[in-house]
Amino acid sequence: MILPALAFYLFATITVACGVMVIASRNPVHSVLFLILAFFNSAGLFVLLGAEFLAMILVIVYVGAVAVLFMFVVMMLDINFVELRQGFLQYLPIGLLVSFILLVEILMVVGAWVIAPETAAVAAAPTPDPALRSNVAALGDLVYTRYVYLFQAAGMILLVAMIGAIVLTLRSRPGVRRQRIADQVSRTRDSSVEIKKVQPGQGV
Amino acid sequence: MHDFAIALPEIFLAVAAMALLMIGVFQKPGSDMGLVSWLGVLSLAVALVLVVTGEGDSVSFAGLFVVDSFARFAKVLILIGSAAAIVLSQGFVRREGMNRFEYPVLILIATLGMLMMVSANDLISLYMGIELQSLPLYVLAAFKRDSTRTTEAGLKYFVLGALSSGMLLYGCSMIYGFTGSTTFGDIANVMQGQDKAGIGLVIGIVFLSAGLAFKVSAVPFHMWTPDVYEGAPSPVTAFFATAPKVAALAMFLRAMLEPFGGMEADWRQIIWLISVLSMLLGAFAAIGQHNIKRLMAYSSIGHVGYALVGLTAATSEGVRGVLVYLTIYLVMNIGTFACILAMRRGDRMVESIDDLRGLAKTHKGMAMALAIFMFSLAGVPPLAGFFGKFYVFMAAINAGLYYLAVIGVLASVVGAFYYLRIIKIMYFDEPTEPLSKPIGVELGALMAITAFLTAAFFVVPGILVDGAAVAAGSLFP
Repeated sequence: MILPALAFYLFATITVACGVMVIASRNPVHSVLFLILAFFNSAGLFVLLGAEFLAMILVIVYVGAVAVLFMFVVMMLDINFVELRQGFLQYLPIGLLVSFILLVEILMVVGAWVIAPETAAVAAAPTPDPALRSNVAALGDLVYTRYVYLFQAAGMILLVAMIGAIVLTLRSRPGVRRQRIADQVSRTRDSSVEIKKVQPGQGV
Repeated sequence: MHDFAIALPEIFLAVAAMALLMIGVFQKPGSDMGLVSWLGVLSLAVALVLVVTGEGDSVSFAGLFVVDSFARFAKVLILIGSAAAIVLSQGFVRREGMNRFEYPVLILIATLGMLMMVSANDLISLYMGIELQSLPLYVLAAFKRDSTRTTEAGLKYFVLGALSSGMLLYGCSMIYGFTGSTTFGDIANVMQGQDKAGIGLVIGIVFLSAGLAFKVSAVPFHMWTPDVYEGAPSPVTAFFATAPKVAALAMFLRAMLEPFGGMEADWRQIIWLISVLSMLLGAFAAIGQHNIKRLMAYSSIGHVGYALVGLTAATSEGVRGVLVYLTIYLVMNIGTFACILAMRRGDRMVESIDDLRGLAKTHKGMAMALAIFMFSLAGVPPLAGFFGKFYVFMAAINAGLYYLAVIGVLASVVGAFYYLRIIKIMYFDEPTEPLSKPIGVELGALMAITAFLTAAFFVVPGILVDGAAVAAGSLFP
């Protein structure tokens, strides 16, 4: 079939191009918009792979929540990106040198690539046949059954993140008026209403 | 199906931490954190009982989680260290405006992370444990949020910790790529068929050990330690120097010896170098320090170096040495930090070594306890610290690592200088401005207990050494 291949190249090219644009565009809002486009195209790639649940999650969670959050952050933070990039040229030579050394090292690694013969057997992917088990169920098997320990651990980490954010930033400021429902309900007529006898002609 | 019962201490601790959080939240605003703290100590004690009463070696949760006598030994140390850290901080948090119930809760959750680290049997659960331990530590380092120094310490720790996690994960992904598995047992099986590890796998191990060295603050990944130790509130520093160190080192041992036990020739030189550099830096850099917390930071870098000598040996005897060393290190550090936390004038904490001048004339008991800890940290026989060093160096010699043992002994001679200098300042200098009394019941009790254990260890070393030998045996089936 030529159609899936065409679709793959279309999605893949746009994704990579968007990735480049995310870091290259001068306006941070444009970066976020390109990021959203990259997410959509990656979702397309997931659909081609038969992982439609992941595709939906990518659109709903990343585009719907994360990217919108990024957008808010970018718009609310007053960052001068031109200023941030000022040192860029200055550090460019040393950055290039480091990346060059890393590239050579990686080439050496790839050149001497030896994969243990047992690897293939161990790595046999735990993906069941899509015809027998839908990929939502297969994912659920892994996340909530096989790796439930990690799932719970991740939950604890998120709890810590929440506690940490509250500990480090929440301040109870004095002098802020709050609604105390118990106080409001327990007020009686005597404590809130006072009857004054006003003499005619004298005012209160 | 999974066997949840073997993770009973962890499950209990997680539930206890959440319950304490609820108790704290529903307390009257502004009420004392004492209740939550002591309940926290109680939960750690219950978890300790659950750890000790658990029996047998077993693996559960699809190979992610292992309980054996090695894990049990390390867990006992961690739980004792964390409980001591909560007790130590009682007086300090009240005086310094850190009196919030989240403090003991975060310590409990960090302890949970440490238990998960030493029970990790898979690179993923190892990483999850590390993160669950590190995140509360970042928050604790910045806990006194109105102080610039503390906030700086927290931020520095966070950024560098994130960097080290990145390195660790990169290493893990390389190892996964070249062996096809993240489970320690499977990696070891894959490696068994080969006579030599591929270069890709070696690079993975290098990155993994760099990330782990960062967590134990071994040279050359130690830069954060002095600044964080100095900047963090003192009881938090006391916590950093005890339980997390033990957990990280125990995890380091398992992560090196279980999956890569058969190819120690490939990684021994890395650990050798890290160990030597840590011992030397710990000995030389501490000499010029004036702040006692900074001094303890360099001291802990040095001690990590000595402990890694046992890992370099990569034998059951070496692991036994490390476990003995960690136990003694934990006891000595709890005691020393109890003394540091007792250093105050009025409501103000003092941290300079010169503030200890003439301590022997004003605080006889505290000076004696601190002198015992300093002699022990220096490794003077017959105190406990000597035996810690003795067992790791013996392991190194029996493994044929003569240079390493010689460098270690020389470094500990140099290191003895700055420990003895503190004793000289306490006993032979004239007092300038005496420290305040009383030092507090909790601190006094901890000082007395730890000083007694340090001084009396040589009478019955067998209990600890035999226990450590059994624990070490479970890493070498």
